[in-house]
Amino acid sequence: MARINSAAQLEKVRKDIVLKKDPNKPCIAICGGIGCLGGREDLIRAFEKEIKKQKLEGKVDVRVTGCHGFCAQGPNIVIYPEEICYTKVKPEDAQQIISETVVGKTIVDRLVYIDPNTGEKAVHQSEIPFYKKQVRNILGMNPKIDPKSIDDYLAIGGYSSLAKALLEMKPQEVLEEVKKANLRGRGGGGFPAGLKWETARNAPAELKYVICNGHEGEPGAYMDRAIFQGNPHLIIEGLIIGGYAIGAKQGFIYTRHDMPRLRENIDIALEAAREHGFIGNDILGSGFDFDIEVHLDVGIFVSGEASALMRSIEGKAPEPRPKYTRTAVKGIWERPSNLNNVETWANVPQIIGKGADWYLGIGSEGSKGTKMISLSGNIVNSGVVEVPFGTSLKEIVYDIGGGIPNGKKLKAIHFGAAMGGSLPAELIDTPLDFDVMSKLGAAIGAGGLFVMDEDTSMVEMNRFFLEFLADESCGKCVPCREGIRQMLRILTRMSMGKGKEGDIEALEELCEVGSLASLCALGKTTSSPIYSSLRYFRNEYEASIEDKGCTV
Amino acid sequence: MSDILLTIDGKEVRAKEGMTVLNAAQSSGIFIPTLCHHEKLEPYGGCRICTVEVESRGRTNYVASCLYPVEKNLVVRTRSEKIDKIRKVLIELLLAHAPDSPQLLEMAKEYGAKSVRFGKEPSFCVLCGLCVRYCAEVKKKNAIAFVDQGPKREINFIPEIASKECWNCKECFPLCPTSYLQAAYVLTQGLVGFKNS
Repeated sequence: MARINSAAQLEKVRKDIVLKKDPNKPCIAICGGIGCLGGREDLIRAFEKEIKKQKLEGKVDVRVTGCHGFCAQGPNIVIYPEEICYTKVKPEDAQQIISETVVGKTIVDRLVYIDPNTGEKAVHQSEIPFYKKQVRNILGMNPKIDPKSIDDYLAIGGYSSLAKALLEMKPQEVLEEVKKANLRGRGGGGFPAGLKWETARNAPAELKYVICNGHEGEPGAYMDRAIFQGNPHLIIEGLIIGGYAIGAKQGFIYTRHDMPRLRENIDIALEAAREHGFIGNDILGSGFDFDIEVHLDVGIFVSGEASALMRSIEGKAPEPRPKYTRTAVKGIWERPSNLNNVETWANVPQIIGKGADWYLGIGSEGSKGTKMISLSGNIVNSGVVEVPFGTSLKEIVYDIGGGIPNGKKLKAIHFGAAMGGSLPAELIDTPLDFDVMSKLGAAIGAGGLFVMDEDTSMVEMNRFFLEFLADESCGKCVPCREGIRQMLRILTRMSMGKGKEGDIEALEELCEVGSLASLCALGKTTSSPIYSSLRYFRNEYEASIEDKGCTV
Repeated sequence: MSDILLTIDGKEVRAKEGMTVLNAAQSSGIFIPTLCHHEKLEPYGGCRICTVEVESRGRTNYVASCLYPVEKNLVVRTRSEKIDKIRKVLIELLLAHAPDSPQLLEMAKEYGAKSVRFGKEPSFCVLCGLCVRYCAEVKKKNAIAFVDQGPKREINFIPEIASKECWNCKECFPLCPTSYLQAAYVLTQGLVGFKNS
């Protein structure tokens, strides 16, 4: 493939790809998320074998895509061009699907999703309640593309936002657009990305960096890998645009060493992007040079913390350092370094492509756009969902998530895993909103949502979070290392109903000191789940003091 | 370069660009307690005992003074109700390891910390890292290092290096705020382990 040197060439390449594709050629899109593809190899092979057997080679495509989101009903397949959706597909179903649906154009009834509430059949994704209430501006691309094929991404308009940014806009204009769209960081803090970009842009230095944080180490959070593995070019495109706006010529992708399939897709995507001239020198003939390097973590949670991550890229141990000077001013090798997470970068191409005004039409007053959420815990439809900000938690848990299994009652909705907070069932009408939820003590964090039913012990759950943090804290500073050690001791005896008088007060004191005096964001937020559960479920802690008997 | 003017505990203090709040306080005779700080070593920010309250651009923050850079018009308070509470709890957490450390006991008296507040820990080591950092930064030998993470973190001598370097040095022993016995013990353990292997 020759490199593309102008917007006109890009458009021509795109048209050629679309023309070459026969829209009526059947294609079986199989979901292949990061955690589950391993078990799905046999499904893919079964379809390939069956196509061969029925002598349909070259007439039917099999497309292994990223995550479709409906993990509870997986493996999911979508059969194009009719976009027929089958759930819980097994390798032994391949023969029937190909002969009856792909060739015979009839529906295999037993593989169609049935709404458990109404008993209605849903033949297309758009008819399934799980998908109906979502706005899948980002995730919706996943079933349409093979992440290993840049052509698939180009066919749906990929890299046209990059062309627009580089050839029609000045860096300052790109920055203003992102600022105007009020894009807020999806990695946890909800900090306005545009302001961070501006800080890095204005920092006086010749060399600057932009970084994509693809670490995603939070338990129960898997939306970043769903989009990164399923649509790597989207993230790459966002990162290049960010580099242009900030004045960085070098980008880094920081991701996990233990997800080889994700790494493979990123590497393939980077190579294809380089061949096409989307990274390298004089991108699209604009005169802008930019390159991207991939770095892997060393396997600890805290490597996802901004300053630890930057040290890791420098080749040092990923120990956090205090950010008294912002990393956007002094980051990697003391140079301005702008870090955003995968989902934040994924939002950039649509903001540039469709404009900030369009983006401002989605979401709530202070939180714009959509948010990807990974749903897990005591919920019928676990999976990855994407909803506009402002959607109520009730809609997410009941309409999309299908409610609580086994007829149990909802007890709490927990966001942000070990560094997040829990809201009680009474607050189910709360809208998904950075500021509203943060005020209630359950910051959205990266977007991992645990649903907990009435059988959950909040004391035990917090003990579990602390156990996780004990393994993941770097151990450098006293409030975090020793605070976790002692809080874990207290919660361990409380969860056995052997709490002592003064334990709750000690927890409160340790939480306060930890949140004020710890060195990094991990230490400062280890107390968040305990804080929020003491706020809403204090009686459970009181009942765990010895001789009072634990209620749960 | 012109001096930076800031206020520490109501007193106007002159500092040079690049100094930390702790440097500035010390140079004008204001005391801030420290544990992991050593003038020959890079600031570390591990113990957090030197935490102070700073007011900058209308916001109050709690920061490690050994790392926080001075800035124009910064208002610093080295004691307040919250600061004292932070130091008290930190000392209590460390006393769980080293209940007899003279340095800790002295601070405990000042901040009203109780030595038996939290469950006892079998290691004397408070992981201030003075020995580890001194060996790396001053001696450039790296004979002692941190291993593991979180509450499992500990110091360990590297037998191959320690067997060559440590007996004639031992400069890290007097730096230890708890008791150099811990270092001696771990060192012996390291050397015995080396011999046996």
